[in-house]
Amino acid sequence: MKNTLRNVFHSPRFLVGFIIFMVMVLTVLIYPWFVRRDPLVSLGKGFLEPGTYVSVYDANNTGTYRVELPEAAEKRLEATLPTEDRQTMIDYLKAMGVDVSGLDTSNEKMEDLLAAWNANYDEADAKKNKYEGFATQAKRNALRRIDNKIKGSNNDVAMSVVRGEGDDATVTTVEGSDYVKVNEVANSVTLPLGTDNFGRDTLTELVKATGVSLIIGLIAGTIATLLGLLVGLLAGYLGGIVDDILMFIANIFTVIPGFVLLILIYYSVGQEARGVTTCAIVIGVTSWVWTARSVRSQVISLRNRDHVNLSKLSGHSLFRIVTTDILPYIASYVVMAFILQVSSGILAEAQLSLLGLGPKTTDVPTLGLMMNWAKLFGAYTSSNAWWAYFPVILVIALTSFSLNLMNTGLDQVFNPTLRD
Amino acid sequence: MKTDEIRTAEDTRESVSFGTRDKDFSKEPLCLSGRGVTRVFHTGKVTTVAVDHVDFDFHKGELISIVGESGSGKTTLSKMLLGLLDPTEGEIMFQGKPRDISTGAKKREYWKGIQAIFQDPFSSYNVFHKIDSVLLDCINMRGGKTLPKEKKIEMMTEACGFVNLKFAELTNKYPFELSGGQMQRLMIARIFLLKPNILLADEPTSMIDACSRATILDMLLKLRDETGMTVIFITHDIGLAYYISDSVYIMEHGRFVESGKPDKVMLEPEAPYTKRLISDVPKIHEPWDLSTVDLLQDAK
Amino acid sequence: MAKKILEVHELTTKYITRQGEDVYSVDHVSLDIEEGKSLGIAGESGCGKSTLALSLMGYYFAPLHYTSGEIIIDGKNISGMDPDVVRKTVLGTEVAYIPQAAMNAMNPTRKVGKFIEDVIFAHELKMTKEEIREMAEQRFAKLGLPVDALDKYSVELSGGMRQRVVIAISTILSPKVLIADEPSSALDVTSQKMVIKMMKDMLNTGMVKSMIFITHELPLLYNVTDDIMVMYAGQIVERGTAHEMVFDPIHPYSRGLMRSILVPEEGTRDVKLTAIPGTPPNLKHPPAGCRFADRCRYANPSCKVITPPLLDIGGGRTYRCSLPVEQLKEVYASED
Repeated sequence: MKNTLRNVFHSPRFLVGFIIFMVMVLTVLIYPWFVRRDPLVSLGKGFLEPGTYVSVYDANNTGTYRVELPEAAEKRLEATLPTEDRQTMIDYLKAMGVDVSGLDTSNEKMEDLLAAWNANYDEADAKKNKYEGFATQAKRNALRRIDNKIKGSNNDVAMSVVRGEGDDATVTTVEGSDYVKVNEVANSVTLPLGTDNFGRDTLTELVKATGVSLIIGLIAGTIATLLGLLVGLLAGYLGGIVDDILMFIANIFTVIPGFVLLILIYYSVGQEARGVTTCAIVIGVTSWVWTARSVRSQVISLRNRDHVNLSKLSGHSLFRIVTTDILPYIASYVVMAFILQVSSGILAEAQLSLLGLGPKTTDVPTLGLMMNWAKLFGAYTSSNAWWAYFPVILVIALTSFSLNLMNTGLDQVFNPTLRD
Repeated sequence: MKTDEIRTAEDTRESVSFGTRDKDFSKEPLCLSGRGVTRVFHTGKVTTVAVDHVDFDFHKGELISIVGESGSGKTTLSKMLLGLLDPTEGEIMFQGKPRDISTGAKKREYWKGIQAIFQDPFSSYNVFHKIDSVLLDCINMRGGKTLPKEKKIEMMTEACGFVNLKFAELTNKYPFELSGGQMQRLMIARIFLLKPNILLADEPTSMIDACSRATILDMLLKLRDETGMTVIFITHDIGLAYYISDSVYIMEHGRFVESGKPDKVMLEPEAPYTKRLISDVPKIHEPWDLSTVDLLQDAK
Repeated sequence: MAKKILEVHELTTKYITRQGEDVYSVDHVSLDIEEGKSLGIAGESGCGKSTLALSLMGYYFAPLHYTSGEIIIDGKNISGMDPDVVRKTVLGTEVAYIPQAAMNAMNPTRKVGKFIEDVIFAHELKMTKEEIREMAEQRFAKLGLPVDALDKYSVELSGGMRQRVVIAISTILSPKVLIADEPSSALDVTSQKMVIKMMKDMLNTGMVKSMIFITHELPLLYNVTDDIMVMYAGQIVERGTAHEMVFDPIHPYSRGLMRSILVPEEGTRDVKLTAIPGTPPNLKHPPAGCRFADRCRYANPSCKVITPPLLDIGGGRTYRCSLPVEQLKEVYASED
């Protein structure tokens, strides 16, 4: 036993899979200690890109520090007019026939560029003349945007904040060198994965969802393995009519697809009971068949072995023979089957949720539900909110991958083949 | 590292005991007999008659060999004799009375009187249990479950000593730590503890090297001599059967084609199958005639 | 003296275990066979006879590795050759090897004739399918195999017929050396006779120039091969003609082996059967001195220290023991 465990943990594939899986499990367990927010609370309206969001209202009410960043002025300029825009301006002026020899996209030449632009650009003119390379409406829209930006930018313009109203109003000047420390600001939030369509923090939701999916996988896997083991043992060892009946039932379960059963069960238990446990149980109850078949064939080959016959001749009871003479011999298969059942349980839940048959959406998120929401609310069609579906897919893939890797590693330990 | 086989003075003894050579066993009481025993298997549409209406009489203390090639039905017959398989037709008598093993309890009672040794010593053991459990099971079967631990160890040591093994060196070991010969001898130690009326040995030496065969045979014969146990020896090795048996049954395609004392059956065979069998076995002093072989005959 | 068709000098091959340990299953083995003769190799399981058979092919695959020594077939040294070259030029044409239970090795979805085509094509011999068929039919007729077997699937044939077919396919290119590892152990005695007859015919008609026959059944060896060689713990311990080895063995182990023979002949019941106690040594850590010493009845303390070489006492007879022949024969005579 000790030797087996040692071999298992020395197997590279098992180790890699195990590490990946453990990292996920630990993240699920430890993350909520750091981020105590309820994953289902809505933080905004619709998709928000990943980033840090700071409340301007609170920033203005926070004590300021004087910081002189060396490239502050350049950065402001850069923020207003990035290099691409400047290049577009130069190209347009060139197309107009203006001499652009002295202009480039550098910060030094910015003033000259702005001067040239303001002198030459006119919206109506652009529309009428349709200069080469800028004939389309889209191009002209781009030019208009640039022009608006320039008009709207107010670099080095004095800014002040007015608090209160009327006679009680106080005015504070905002200097370019006024900085606030982000964690002193009352309200700010870092959203590494932005928000989903409901405005929920995707990362927190993802961690919670992974945890729930893992639990579903575990419950479904356990149920499926135990059922499969029981059916396989009885059918394989007793044979005869017991075998025929059990295999008949197994065949029925193979033929009926899981989601039909799920629909029927959900319909009968009603809306309220559509929870995580129900989902897990149903997945478990519909996916035990291949474990049962695999166990059964193993048991059939074992029941005629000499040590089993010798046990019979020694007067051992059926229960004792099955548990001591048959079960340990198939233990390695059962462990591998369990891992695969967990993996397929997680995937099954994802599939079901994608079809809208998963657990209730208002209770907990699951990986499948997150994918479902992404699909329903157009994360990849209209909004290009990659953060709402891509990390989910990655997590599902990683889970499945790590479990299968562990399984392959175990297979190499339990069923070694001749190698160099 | 396998435990080195322990060589004691007993081990270097060469002879196999001949205590009961040429004894007439037909005067002894009947131990196991059968009339018209048949076993048929149905797989789908195919019907196989593995054992075809065999009759036999085994006497107490006799060493009977059932000689047959693979496919002759001897394994099926042995399972029926052991009570692991039911005959589809025919009757088996145990100690003169019809055998009744219809319930689990009756089966367990029957197995106090008949035990087996199988061909492959490696697969006779549960690899997850220490070898002690095999011997302890035997003590329990004989009703010794409540005996004090020292007494049990004493019994196990005695049994191991009978087969030239030291229990103190084997205790707490797993089957894979023993050699094939040691495992098979431990199986005999098990029989020593159980002292059944009948022992069925299914090819017990076919997986043991020729050099170690004599040791196993020796022990079986000694056990028979000391306890009056009937031994049913199943083998395909005609030379071996000729050497050790008191009576021989030749089996072909589920039938007993000939039976009797070894000298008569092997040296003066009557049935054509037996004649062919004896002449086809390679011998040392008699020539092995290959000229009578018809190569174009496809014996299917 | 007839030409030596196979010469092996100090061949050593090893298995590398999963833990990286070396097990020298064939330890400096030297032997030779003359054209037209057959050699039988006997010994208990684990002595290295099957490994020797594999090693003689010159084709090694993990975990078996070639260490040192020479294999010369009809003057051609095949040891240390590149595996691809061995596969194309040695296997099948110089050496044919038939492993245990070869009769179960045929793909049940192909007809027998196809296998012969495969052999021809694998050796890149330019023959048309008709030519191959004709050659196969001729060969089968010569060997006493029914020609219609070429159109059957292997599962349609009986065990004995299958084994003969496999042997015929392996030797279709008339190799110089045929190595057979337990070719008839899994068969009933009647089929065994047929297989042996066919193999003997092949040797007598020159279809194969020499034969190595491996089995643990000594009466079979006695009736089949000209010479018998006994192996123990990876080394040769004795060699002589079949008659000499069975009736007049020199090495204590050979004597023990021969005295455990059981045949259904008159007189067998009166002779005492002997056993050799103990087990062969672990080849991961071979003992110093004679490897048989701790099981030998005649061993003296020096036997465990000095490694006896293989002594040649003339007439092709060799044995490996530090005790002289006369002394051993004296002891044997006193025991009988």
